[in-house]
Amino acid sequence: MKVKYFAWVRERVGVAEEAVEPPADVRTVSDLIGWLSSRGETYAHAFEKPKVIRAAIDHAHVKQDAVIAGAREIAFFPPMTGG
Amino acid sequence: MSVTATIRIQEADFDAAQEIAALTRGRTDIGAVVTFSGICRGSENGEPIAALTLEHYPGMAEAEIGRHADEALSRWPLQGLTIIHRFGRIAPGENIVLVVTASPHRQAAFEAAEFLMDYLKTNAPFWKREESQKGTSWIEARDHDDAAAARWTKS
Repeated sequence: MKVKYFAWVRERVGVAEEAVEPPADVRTVSDLIGWLSSRGETYAHAFEKPKVIRAAIDHAHVKQDAVIAGAREIAFFPPMTGG
Repeated sequence: MSVTATIRIQEADFDAAQEIAALTRGRTDIGAVVTFSGICRGSENGEPIAALTLEHYPGMAEAEIGRHADEALSRWPLQGLTIIHRFGRIAPGENIVLVVTASPHRQAAFEAAEFLMDYLKTNAPFWKREESQKGTSWIEARDHDDAAAARWTKS
């Protein structure tokens, strides 16, 4: 699946998007945050306060308990400040 | 008659008067038009800023604003709806966002415009970064914007 990052999450991770293949026991958005955090310091820094992070699956907002099976694109970003 | 919202996510500026004219031209059934323009302030928390840079999530921005536009069209008797949100670098005094609602009577136009702005603030995937003499920093989301959006949730 494709993972995208925006705003300071993107800056901390260091890339705007990447393809990932998490193991099968990574079932939810929350699991994915945990798995990404274990990939290195930049990820750990980006996700150090997981409750702050917002997520979207295939262009729709989801809660962190959402199941990621079947997702084409998952995005992580801080609370939005548009308008 | 079914109404289709006009939604544009663009780097270029917009002209509010032109957008109103596009909604109302040649029509005599519209009784009220409300426009909201969001404009870049020259200061943030009392500190002068040089500009804002808006990052957005292409694809999701259109989808998310489209969902809220559809909800507004289903909740209020609107005859026209235009939403424009800019991205990129925006200097103080320049436009950021425009919502135009048209309806037979004012209440629906006012309420729908306010509903849409409250949701754009908290749910549309845009992030503002400010440039000032101290450098650049991401603007933090405000709790009162969440509270403003929450009051539209149907109980």
